[in-house]
Amino acid sequence: MFLNQFLLLAAILFCIGVYGVLARKNGVLVLMSIELILNAVNINLVAFGAYWHVNDLANVSGQVFALFVIAVAAAEVGVGLALVLLIYRNRQSINIDDVDMLKG
Amino acid sequence: MLNMIDKVWIIPALMAVSFLVILFFGKRWGTKVTAGIGIASVSICLILSVVVAGNWINRVNNPPTGTALAAEIVQANGLTPQTGQTISEEVNAATKDSGETVATDSYGASDESVPPVVRTVTWFQIGGLQFEMGTLVDGLAAMMLITVCIISLLVHIYSTEYLRGDVRFTHYYAFLSLFTASMLFYVLSSNTLQMLMGWELVGVCSFGLIGHWWEEKKNTDAALKAFLTNRVGDIGLILGVIITFFAAGGSSFNVLHLNEYALSGNANTTLLLVGALCLFGGVTSKSGQFPLHTWLPDAMAGPTPVSALIHAATMVVAGVYLIARLYGVFFSGLAIGSSTFHYVAFIGGFTTIIGGLLAFVQTDLKKVLAYSTISQLGYMVMALGVGAWTAGVFHLFTHAFFKACLFLGAGSVAHACHHTFDMREMGGLRKKMPVTHATFLIATLALAGIFPLAGFWSKDEILAGSANGQENAYTIMLIFGLITAFLTAAYMGRAYWMTFWGKYRGHAHPHESPRVITVPLIILAGCAVVLGFTNFPKSFFGFKLPGSFTTRFEHFVEPTFAFPPIAHAPFTPWLAIASTILAAGGLFVAYQYYEKNRGPHGLTSRSKIAHAGYTFLENKYYLDNLYTGVIAGSTTGPLARAANWSNQNIIDGAVNGIGNGARKIAGVVYAVADQIIIDGAVNGSGQGSEGAGQLLRKIQTGKVQQYASILFAGAVVLAGVLVFVV
Repeated sequence: MFLNQFLLLAAILFCIGVYGVLARKNGVLVLMSIELILNAVNINLVAFGAYWHVNDLANVSGQVFALFVIAVAAAEVGVGLALVLLIYRNRQSINIDDVDMLKG
Repeated sequence: MLNMIDKVWIIPALMAVSFLVILFFGKRWGTKVTAGIGIASVSICLILSVVVAGNWINRVNNPPTGTALAAEIVQANGLTPQTGQTISEEVNAATKDSGETVATDSYGASDESVPPVVRTVTWFQIGGLQFEMGTLVDGLAAMMLITVCIISLLVHIYSTEYLRGDVRFTHYYAFLSLFTASMLFYVLSSNTLQMLMGWELVGVCSFGLIGHWWEEKKNTDAALKAFLTNRVGDIGLILGVIITFFAAGGSSFNVLHLNEYALSGNANTTLLLVGALCLFGGVTSKSGQFPLHTWLPDAMAGPTPVSALIHAATMVVAGVYLIARLYGVFFSGLAIGSSTFHYVAFIGGFTTIIGGLLAFVQTDLKKVLAYSTISQLGYMVMALGVGAWTAGVFHLFTHAFFKACLFLGAGSVAHACHHTFDMREMGGLRKKMPVTHATFLIATLALAGIFPLAGFWSKDEILAGSANGQENAYTIMLIFGLITAFLTAAYMGRAYWMTFWGKYRGHAHPHESPRVITVPLIILAGCAVVLGFTNFPKSFFGFKLPGSFTTRFEHFVEPTFAFPPIAHAPFTPWLAIASTILAAGGLFVAYQYYEKNRGPHGLTSRSKIAHAGYTFLENKYYLDNLYTGVIAGSTTGPLARAANWSNQNIIDGAVNGIGNGARKIAGVVYAVADQIIIDGAVNGSGQGSEGAGQLLRKIQTGKVQQYASILFAGAVVLAGVLVFVV
C-alpha cells in the first residue's frame, strides 16, 4: 500500500484550504477553502479506511464516514452561502473584513 | 362493658377537635352546623363520661386485689420499684384485712384502697427528670366529668337560642368547646403541672367569653379584671406547685405522689404549709374567695349561659377541686385533722358571709347570683377546710346544677325582658313565664336548703361536718355556716320576689321562652330535686334505708387511696332542723320585707349606722377602691415617677452614651476601614479589570480570519506538543 501519497495529497490540500480561509477576503472563496479542508480530511479517512481494512474489503467504514462528511459539508456550505448572501444584501459586499462588528 | 377508664384522654381530645373544627370551618358551615358540632361532641363526651363513671363504680365494687393491685399502685405513682415495694407491702396488708368485708358486704367495704386509674406518657425529659402527661380517674374525676359534660351540653343547647343571630356565634361556640376541653383536661390531670395548664386554659376561655361582647368597654374591662385578678392568684398557684414538688423530693409532680408524701408521716409540714397556702392563693382567685373575689361579679358581663357554665358551675370550682385533689397536702400542711382554726377554713367561712351580705344590695339579678356563687364557694372551701371532704365535694356537685339552673333561668328572664337583668324592671313574671318561674323557684329552694332538695343535703352535711368535725369542733365555722344559711335564703327570697311577684315594672312584653331554653331549665331543676338523694345519710331521723342506698356519693367519690383519715360526721337532726328553720325564716323575712313591704323600710335614710352599712356594702367593702385606687394608685404614681427618673437618667444616659460611642467608632471605621481598605479593594479590583480589559480588547478585532489564524496557530502548537513533547 502506498499510504504516503494520499497523506501527502491530503496535507497539501489542507494547507491550501487553510491558506484560503485565512488569506482570502471573498466570503465565497473562504467557504470553498473550507471545502478543500474537509476534502483533505475525506481523503485521509478513505486512505486510512482502505489501509486498515486491506484484508477485509467488505468493510467500508472509512468511505461511509467520508460520505457523512460530504453530506454535512453540503449542509454547511448551504448555511454559509446563505450567510454570505445576507451579508451581501446588507452591505453590498462580500468582503469579510467589512464584517467586524464583534470588534472589542 | 366498654372500658373507657384507660382511654379517658379521648374525652378532652374530642372537645379539642370540636374546637378546631368550629374554629376553622364554623364560619363557612353556618351557625346551625356549628352548634350541631358542639352539641354532638359534648353529647358523645357525656356518654363516654357516664361509661367512665360506670367503670369506676364497677372498680369500686370489684376492687383489684393482691399483686394486680400492687402493680397498679406502682404504675399509678410512677415510682421506682424500691419505693414501690414498701407501698405494695402496705397495701397487701390493707387488702388482707379487708378481704373479709368484701366477702360479706360488697358495699360496706370502705376500708380498702381502690387506687385511681392512672395512665401516663412521658411528655419530656430534662436533667434526668421525667415530666409526664396523663390521666387520673377516680370517683372525684368521674363525678366532675359528668357534671361538666351535663352542664356544658345544656348550655350548648340553651345558647343556640340565647345567642341566636349573634355576630360572633361561631367564635362563641369555639370557645365553649375549648373551655369544655380545658376543663375536662384539668379534672383528668394526673400531675400538678398539667393541672396548672388546664387551670390557665380555662382562665383564657373565661377571659375570652366574658369579653364576648367587647364592643362595650365595660365588658372588656370586666374580662381584663377577671384575667388580672386571676393572675395574682396564679402566681400563688405556680409557687405552690413548685414548693410541693420540691417538698415531695423533687422527683415527680404526680398528684398521688404528692399526697402520699404529705401523708407519709415524715413530711416536712412547714414546707407543706407554705405550699398549701401558696396553692390556696390560686384557689382564692379562681374560686372567688375573699379578698380576690371581686372579679366574679364583674364577670357577669359575659353571656348568661357562659356565666352558668363557667362562673357558677364548673370553672370557679376548679379551686375547690384543687383542694379536693391535693387534699393530702392541705390536710397535713394545715393540720386540718388536729387544729381548730386555720386560714383556709376561716377564709371559706368568711367568704360565705361577705358574699351573702353583698347579694342584698345588688339590683342586677345576675350579680345577686354571682355573689351567691361566691358565698357558696366559700361554703365548699370551708367544708374542705374543716375536714368534711365529702360534704364540700358533694356541695360542689349539687350546687353546680341548681346554680346553673338559676343562671339559665335569669337568662331566660332577661331574654324575655329586652336583655336587662335589673330586677327593678321586672316583677310579676310568674304568670307570664310559668316554666321559668317554676324551675327558678325549685333552684332557689334548693339553694336555700329546703328539704328535700339537693341543697338541703349538701349544706346539711357541711354544717354537720363543721359541728362534729374532726377531733376538735370548728365552732366558728358552724356559726358562719348557719348565718349564711339564713342569708342565702333571704337574698334568694328577695331576688325571687322582686323578679316573679308583684307588678311588672319594665317596658317590654315578657313571654315564656322557647323550648330550647326551658327544657335545659327543667332538666336542671329535676337534677336539683333528685341529686341530693345520691348521698342520703345512713340514718335520717332514725329512718334507715338499706346500706346500698345510703351515702352512695361518699362511697364512690371519696378517695380511699393516698387520702387522709377523715371522720365522717353523721346526720345531725338538730342541725338539720336549725338550718331548715333558718332558711325558712330567711325566705319569710324576704317575703315580708320585699313582697309585703313590712318591716323597717327606709331605715337607711333614717339611721346613720344603717346607711353607713348600706354604703359600705354598696361599695363592695371598698375592695375595688382598695385595689384600683389605693394599691394600684399608690404604686402607679411613684412607680411612674421612678420609671421617669430612671428613663431620663439611666436609660437615656445609657442610650446616649452608647449612641455617642457608636458614632465615634463609626467615624473611625468610616475613615479607615471603609474609605481605605474596602474602597481601595473595590476600586483596585475595578481598575485592575479595566486595565486588563484595555489590553485584551486589542486582540478582539472582529476580523474572523484573524481569529481563525489564532485558532490554527493554537492547533499547530498543540500538535507540536503532541508530537515532540508527548
